[in-house]
Amino acid sequence: MEQEFTITAFSENSIGLLNRITIIFTRRHINIESLTVSQSSIKGVHKFTIVVSATLEKIEKVVKQIEKLVEVLKAFYHTNDELIRQEIALYKVPTEALLNSNEIENIVRKNGARILEVTPDFTVIEKTGYKNETQELFELLEKVSGTLQFTRSGYVAITKNKHELLTQYLKEIDSIKYSTN
Amino acid sequence: MESAAIKNEKKAHKQENMKKVTGSEAVLLSLIEEGVEVMFGYPGGNIMPIYDALYDYQQKIKHILTRHEQGAAHAAQGYARTTGKVGVCMATSGPGATNLITGIADAMLDSTPMVCITGQVGSPLLGTDAFQETDVIGITMPVTKWNYQVTKAADIPGAIAKAFYIASTGRPGPVLIDITKDAQFAELEFKYKKCDGIRSYIPVPRPVNEKIEEAANLINKAERPLALIGQGVILGGAEKEVVAFLEKAGIPFAWTLLGLSAIPTDHPLNVGMLGMHGNYGPNKLTNECDVLIGIGMRFDDRVTGDVKRYAKQAKVIHMEIDPAEINKNVKSSVAILGDVKETLPMLTEKVKANLHHDWVQEFKKCAATEYEKVISKDLHPEKPGLSMGEVIRRINENAKGEAILVTDVGQHQMVAARYTKFNNTRSVVTSGGLGTMGFGLPAAIGAKLGCPDKQVVAIIGDGGFQMTIQELGTIFQTGAAVKIVILNNDFLGMVRQWQQLFFDKRYSSTELINPDFLTIAKGYCIDGQRVSKRDDLDEAVKKMLDHNGPYLLEVKVEKEGNVFPMVPAGCSVAEVRLE
Ligand SMILES: Cc1ncc(C[n+]2csc(CCOP(=O)(O)OP(=O)(O)O)c2C)c(N)n1
Repeated sequence: MEQEFTITAFSENSIGLLNRITIIFTRRHINIESLTVSQSSIKGVHKFTIVVSATLEKIEKVVKQIEKLVEVLKAFYHTNDELIRQEIALYKVPTEALLNSNEIENIVRKNGARILEVTPDFTVIEKTGYKNETQELFELLEKVSGTLQFTRSGYVAITKNKHELLTQYLKEIDSIKYSTN
Repeated sequence: MESAAIKNEKKAHKQENMKKVTGSEAVLLSLIEEGVEVMFGYPGGNIMPIYDALYDYQQKIKHILTRHEQGAAHAAQGYARTTGKVGVCMATSGPGATNLITGIADAMLDSTPMVCITGQVGSPLLGTDAFQETDVIGITMPVTKWNYQVTKAADIPGAIAKAFYIASTGRPGPVLIDITKDAQFAELEFKYKKCDGIRSYIPVPRPVNEKIEEAANLINKAERPLALIGQGVILGGAEKEVVAFLEKAGIPFAWTLLGLSAIPTDHPLNVGMLGMHGNYGPNKLTNECDVLIGIGMRFDDRVTGDVKRYAKQAKVIHMEIDPAEINKNVKSSVAILGDVKETLPMLTEKVKANLHHDWVQEFKKCAATEYEKVISKDLHPEKPGLSMGEVIRRINENAKGEAILVTDVGQHQMVAARYTKFNNTRSVVTSGGLGTMGFGLPAAIGAKLGCPDKQVVAIIGDGGFQMTIQELGTIFQTGAAVKIVILNNDFLGMVRQWQQLFFDKRYSSTELINPDFLTIAKGYCIDGQRVSKRDDLDEAVKKMLDHNGPYLLEVKVEKEGNVFPMVPAGCSVAEVRLE
């Protein structure tokens, strides 16, 4: 059964790794739904957050292929219930619409969004949430005022474990080094 | 406190270690540090500085100029596979680099340690579609274990050290280092330190004791165990360890195409080769064993046939160095990660001494059936046309298991793999995973240069021979005493066989009008002869093997001979056909 998974891969910071990782998916016809690359909390370690839909079996294989890459420290996969994840969306609406009624302000308040910037021409609204939430807000704004622009990020995610999984892993490999020396 | 004298000495030592050289020279010094004695390559604009530096190091590194970069890559593979060392090849940017790709992909699928060095346009030109600029890093990403572009001379020693480490450790594979022309010209302080670890790369996973215990329990309870020997045994140098294990537990073994020669062919527990054209017994009985032990092999689809009907009745134990292979094709009951050199003795210690006499007998029965239906006709044909099998038999009788077999791809490859006898490990060089026609001739050159004291016999089809025929020039120039046997059926035999069996004999584009191979060889001053009669065969084989220098033996074989047994595509191994 296909299901949404979030893969997190931790790596050294090296040119070309993103390409190597995406090749693993494209070769197997797995569509990447969202991809975020950033520095992790650990110095010098990069983090890839990749959301895909596939069967568990496929995900297990893909994660091993990712881990096989020389520069990847460790890769994990999670189902949605094991994670807290959010994406950020930005909406641009005509400022006129904001001035004409308080409907937009109400929508912003009710949806836990906020106004980032107001210029005479346009207003930028920001919302963080799940994809269905950012989508819902988009549809509401479309209806009320129309949006001039709309964009959303990929997901970032954090596990429900108490600690960063990688930190434990790095400790482990360090201890191996010390024990063999 | 350090005395002034010690300090001075240290300083002097440091200066000695820190030599100012060009990036090009650093490439060669690094290769020398890695113990490289032979390399294969082809020059061109963007690698000229390295070739220029090579001029000063000809005494230390022998560079073999092939006639095509694909030949350089395959020769490096042949060298690596027979010597166990890292094969090295070099090419210029653009077309030079793209010509390497087939060899790199081949080495990737067959886990061959190889370092490829390519020249690249100067770094200011990167991304400008400059003359002979190709994104070789991008192109080779899916077919290398690792690759890296160097744009600064100072990074050269480190990159090469890392390249050798990655290529040769864990599951070996090809690595490519692309060096921009400006980095080749620029200077650096040369200091070399071999790489001995990379934080994000664990070449050999640590074996888990409980898994060994679980596997031993399964094996000790097994009545019909079967072991599958792959190239991992050879790569890990675990030939002795695997024999000790098999002999103690009394387990019959079959080998994969790449596992060939890991154990002497005449070992009593050897039940033959796996795969689409493997032996009858190991294919059929795979679906009747109760415990299947994969040792350094990857359950390739050519081995498993229809994987949904592969060994479903058996508990599978998978001993593997590469975690990504576990459960990739075949689900295992117990996976033992690690280098088989380390894990096999752990397992041997825990297994009970056993014989499995009746079970081994079943393989013998299958072998007898196969002998009657296939092998006797292949090795001792009564029909007038020469068979590929009898050529191999004659080579066996004369080489006595001591020669290194190199093959190309096709029917002759399968026949040679089925019938050649081996006494020594690392005696087979063949393109398994990629099935690359044109592999044989250049790979044989590499094998011969790696093992000059050994007889190297290349069995090649008339089709594949013409894919890299220009490497006769390399043989001519180097004098590499390769014995070339062309099994000429005037067909792309393997494809023709499929057309006969599965496409109603519609021989679409498989018949070859061939040139006079002997005349071509003669142009390169390579001696040879053509045989088309059975009575002349033995004499010709003897003459070839005794000949001092390279030799080409063309044997005109049966045009429409077929290779059996066969597990047709999509069939289960149990459906192996004898005719
Ligand atoms: C580069 C390449 N192209 C095509 C093939 C497909 N192929 C596999 S075997 C074969 C025929 C080989 O013919 P030949 O070299 O004459 O050997 P034979 O099978 O007759 O022994 C072909 C075309 C291949 N393996 N490699």
